[in-house]
Amino acid sequence: MNLNLEKLFYCPTHEWISIEQVGGETIGTVGITSFAVEQLTDLVFMALPKVGQTFAAGQEFGEVESVKAVSPVYLPVAGEIIEVNTPLVDQLTILNEDPYTKGWIVKIKVSDPSQTSALLSYADYQKQCSSGH
Amino acid sequence: MLQAIGAASVAELFESIPSELRLNRPLAIPPALSEIELTQHAKKLAGKNLGAETATCFLGGGAYDHFIPAVVDSLASRGEFYTSYTPYQPEVSQGNLQVMFEYETLICQLTGMDVSNASLYDGASATVEAALMCLAQNDGRRKVVVPESLHPEYRMCLKTYFQWIGAELVEVATPEGTLDLQAWTNAIDSQTACVILPQPNFFGIVEDLKPFAAAAKSAGASVVACVDAISLGILDKPSNWSADVVVAEGQSLGNPLQYGGPYLGILACREAFVRRLPGRIAGQTIDRSGKRCWVLTLQTREQHIRREKATSNICTNQGLFALRAAIYLSLLGPQGLKETALLCGQKAHYLKQQIASAPRYSIAFDGATWCEFVVRDQSGDVAGTLEYLQSKGILGGIPLGQWYPELSDCFLVAVTEKRTKCELDSYVAALKHLSVGAFVTNA
Amino acid sequence: MRNTKSTQLIFELSRSGRRAHLLPPADVPNVDLGSVLPSGALADAPPPLPELAEGDVVRHFTNLSTLNMSVDTHFYPLGSCTMKYNPKRNERLASLPGLVDVHPYQPESTIQGLLEILWNVQNDFAEISGLPAVSLQPAAGAHGELAALMVAAAHFRKLGQHRPNVLAPDSSHGTNPASAKMAGFETITVKSGANGLVDLNDLRSKVNEKTAVFMITNPSTLGLFDTQIKEIAEIVHSHGGLIYLDGANMNAILGITRPGDFGADMMHYNPHKTFSGPHGGGGPGAGPICVRDFLAPYLPAPTVGRKGDTYYLDQGGSDSVGRVRSFFGNVGVLLRAFFYIRSLGGSGLKEVSENAVLNANYLLSRVRHILPVPHGNRCMHEFVASASTLKKEKGISAMDLAKRLLDFGFHAPTVYFPLTVPEAVMVEPTETESKEMMDAFVEALFRITGESADLLHEAPHTTKISRPDEVTAARKPVMKWTAS
Repeated sequence: MNLNLEKLFYCPTHEWISIEQVGGETIGTVGITSFAVEQLTDLVFMALPKVGQTFAAGQEFGEVESVKAVSPVYLPVAGEIIEVNTPLVDQLTILNEDPYTKGWIVKIKVSDPSQTSALLSYADYQKQCSSGH
Repeated sequence: MLQAIGAASVAELFESIPSELRLNRPLAIPPALSEIELTQHAKKLAGKNLGAETATCFLGGGAYDHFIPAVVDSLASRGEFYTSYTPYQPEVSQGNLQVMFEYETLICQLTGMDVSNASLYDGASATVEAALMCLAQNDGRRKVVVPESLHPEYRMCLKTYFQWIGAELVEVATPEGTLDLQAWTNAIDSQTACVILPQPNFFGIVEDLKPFAAAAKSAGASVVACVDAISLGILDKPSNWSADVVVAEGQSLGNPLQYGGPYLGILACREAFVRRLPGRIAGQTIDRSGKRCWVLTLQTREQHIRREKATSNICTNQGLFALRAAIYLSLLGPQGLKETALLCGQKAHYLKQQIASAPRYSIAFDGATWCEFVVRDQSGDVAGTLEYLQSKGILGGIPLGQWYPELSDCFLVAVTEKRTKCELDSYVAALKHLSVGAFVTNA
Repeated sequence: MRNTKSTQLIFELSRSGRRAHLLPPADVPNVDLGSVLPSGALADAPPPLPELAEGDVVRHFTNLSTLNMSVDTHFYPLGSCTMKYNPKRNERLASLPGLVDVHPYQPESTIQGLLEILWNVQNDFAEISGLPAVSLQPAAGAHGELAALMVAAAHFRKLGQHRPNVLAPDSSHGTNPASAKMAGFETITVKSGANGLVDLNDLRSKVNEKTAVFMITNPSTLGLFDTQIKEIAEIVHSHGGLIYLDGANMNAILGITRPGDFGADMMHYNPHKTFSGPHGGGGPGAGPICVRDFLAPYLPAPTVGRKGDTYYLDQGGSDSVGRVRSFFGNVGVLLRAFFYIRSLGGSGLKEVSENAVLNANYLLSRVRHILPVPHGNRCMHEFVASASTLKKEKGISAMDLAKRLLDFGFHAPTVYFPLTVPEAVMVEPTETESKEMMDAFVEALFRITGESADLLHEAPHTTKISRPDEVTAARKPVMKWTAS
C-alpha cells in the first residue's frame, strides 16, 4: 500500500484516515501524522483498543507515550475497530520511520462516511502545522 | 545581603503580604530549648512509655517486634542516604537508584512477581492501591471481595477510598477464623474486579488458598495476595497460588515499630499490570558511554504527567525504609529468612500449646497458625488479663473486640524470633496464675 | 578511588553458601512446621535471595551511598523541596527507647509520653496554621491533600449539596487533579495572569454552586505570595466553596502569616520540608492536615485527645471519612518535627522564615544578572529563573545548566517546573545555607553560562555516569535483575 498523502483526511489533533470501499462497507485506516510523531520525539509506549470496540467521532481510542508525555489518539470518524496493528506496540520505531503505511494504528468500519466532510484536507492540515500547532 | 537585594530591612521583603493578614503576635509555642535541655525533655517524655526494648512484646496485628541487625541502622544512618531526595538527577543519585532497583528485585524474588515498585506508604495503602489497580485493569467491574480475616484497618481504608469512586467492598464472614469455599465462591460474581486474600490472615492462620484464588480466576477476577514478608521464608510464593498482585507490610524487614509509622508498603505485580502500577519504579539503562546505570522509569504512569487519568495520586516512595528492607534481606539471605520464619513459627507453636494448658484460656480457632494466634479468655476478662501481664512487664496481646464484637473475649498474640523460652514460660506462668480460682465453663 | 567492585549489583556479589546474619538455635522443643501447616501453603525452597558475608553488605551499601548527592554533603537548592539541614539531634532523639520501639497497638496507659508529644504536635500545627483541628494520619503531602478533599466531600455530602468540581490553578502540581479524582471530583483549571498570580476574572467565571474546593499553593511555586488571597477566599466562600492550601511552601511564612487567617479552610503540611524531617532519598514524609472547626468531625481518625492529665486516642465519630492508612501516622517524621519546633521555639520559627526569604532574595538579586527572573525582583522562599534566552541565543537549556552544576559540586535546582515558565530553573536555598555557599553557587552559574554549548550538552563530566538513556529505559523496561 502506498498512500497518497493528499488523499487522506486529517484531524486537527494530528490523526489521519484513509477511506476505501470493501465489499459494500466503508473501511477506514487510521494513524498519526509524521508531524505528531516528530512532536512527540522518541515514542516508548502505545495503548491500543480491542477489536469490536466502537468509538464516536473525536473519541479517544488509544494513547501514545514518550518518556515524559502522554498523548491521547482520537478517532477521526465514528466506527467499530476491525483490526489493530498490534506489532506496533513492540516496534514503535515503525511509527517514527513510516507513520503512513507500516505505522497505521487501527482499521475501522466507518459508521457514517459523511463525517469525513468535517475533517481537514491535506492542504488545510499542512497550513495548521506550518503555523506551529 | 540586604544591600545586594536593595532592601532596607528583612521586614521589607515581606511587603507582598497584606498587613491585615499578618500575625501581629508571637506564635504561642514554647521558647527554644538548647540541645541539652531538649535531650532531657525528650528522655523524660520517652521514659513515660513502655517500649519493646523494656517490656516483652507479644503484639503483632501487622507490626512486629522482629530483630534488626546493627548493620541496618548503621548503613541507613549515612547522611548520603537519608538526607538526599528523590533521584531527579540520576547522575548524582546512582546510589539511591541502584538501591531501588535492588529492592525491587528482592521483592520480586520474595513474591515471585514480575515487577515491584519502589514502595508505598504502608501495607494498608499498598492494599488500597492494589484494589484500585485491579478496578482500573478490569474496567467496568466495581466490586472487591475480601474475607473478614483481612486486617480490619486495611478493610477500613478500602471503605474510606471506595466511598468516593463508586466501588463496593464485599466482606465475607470468617466465623471460624478461616474462609469457607462455598461462601467465598458465592460472594464472587461477574462484577468482581478482584479479591484480596491474606496469608497468614489477621488471626495468624495459614490456609491453602489455591481453591479460593481459583474461584476468583474462574469468575474473571484478579487475585491480590496480602502476605507477611518474613513468612515467605517458609510459605509458598503468592505467584504459585495465582496471585496477580502482591502486597505486604514491609515493617518486618528491618524497620522499627515507632508507633505505626513510617512503614513500608510493598506492592508487586505481574507484567500485565505494570502500566497500572502506582508509585516510582527504577529501571536499568545505559549512559552515553554505554555504562550500565539506573533511572526512574515508566514515569508516564504517574500523576505529574497523567494528572487526573493516573491510577493513583501517589508521588513518593518510602526510600529510606526500602533501603532498610534491602539491607535486611541482603543480610538474611535465603537461609536466614527461612530460619527466622521457622524460629517464629516454632516459638509461637510452643507458646500456643502451653497456653492451652492454662485452664482459663483456650485457642480460639482450629486453623493452623504460623507466628500469631488468637487466645480466648473463657472468663471473658481480656482487659484484666492484659493488665496483669503488663504488670509483669509483658505486652501480652491485642484485644480483638474493638474490631470483632463477637471476639470480645479474645486477644491476638504474636511471637517473633526475639522471644526466648524463658519469656514464653513467664507468659504462660502468668496465665496459669490468672487461671487459679477462675470460673471456667468447660474446664 | 571508586570501589567499583563493591558497587556491582548485590546479586552479582552473591556466592552460594555465604551468610551474614546468623540465628540462635531454637530453645523450644522442635516442631516440624511442615506437618503443622497445610502442605499446599508451604514453599519447596526459600526465596532466591542473594547470599553475602556481612562485610560485603556493609561495603556494598557504603560505596553506593557515596554515589549520591545529599544535604549532608552538598548545597541542594531544589526548588519547592525545601532541602534544609536536618539536625542530627532529631535523629538521635527520635530513636530513643520509649519512642522508636513502641508498638502501635499498645494500651494508651503505656504510651502517655508519646501521646503527649503527638498532642503537642497537633497544637503546634494548629497554632502555626491558624486552623484548629488537626489529623496527623496522612503519610505524605499527596496523601494529606487527598484526605482533605475527602473531608470536603464528606462535608458537602452531610449538607446534601452536590458539588462535583474542584478548581486548581494552571501552575498546580499533578497531584491536585489526581487527588481530586480519587475523592470523586472533576478538576477545572483556573488561569494565571501574566504576573504569575491567579487570574481573578477567570476564577470568577468558573466558580459557582458546583464548586467544592479551590486548591491553591500560597506562597506559590513561583515563590510569590498571592496578594489577592483574601479576595480569592471571598469569591470562593461566597459560592459556598472551601479553600484548600497546599502547604508545601510554609517555610516562607512561619509566624508571619497563617493560612487560617488569610482564608484557607484546610491545608496540609510537609513536615519533611518545613520541619526538617530528612527526605530519606524520596521518603518517608508525612502529610498532616489542619482544618477549620466545622470540618473537624470529618477528619480521618484517630486523633489525640486529652482529659485532665491523661492523653487518649479519639477514634472519631460517624461523620469521619474513616482511616486513610493503618495505625496512627508517620510518627517517626512527626517526632522529628516536634524536636525541631522545640529547638527553635515560636520566635525561632519566625526567624527560619525570615532567613529563608532573606537567602532567597539575596540569591535572586545575584542570579537575575545571569538568568532573567520573569516574575520580579523580589520573592519569598524561592524564585524561578528562566533559561529561555540562553536557549535561544546559545542553545543552552535549563537541563544543560542543571547537569553542568553537578560538575561544580552543586545539586541542580528544580527544572521545567512550574510549566508556566519556559526553561524554568527553580531555586530554593533555604535558611540553612551561608552567604559564602550561595556566592559560590552564583559564581559557578556565571562560569557555566560562559561555557560552550557543546561542553554543556555532554555534562555532567565528573559524575560516575553521564546522562542516562531514558528512552531505552522506558521502551524496553528492565525493572529487576535476572540471572544471566
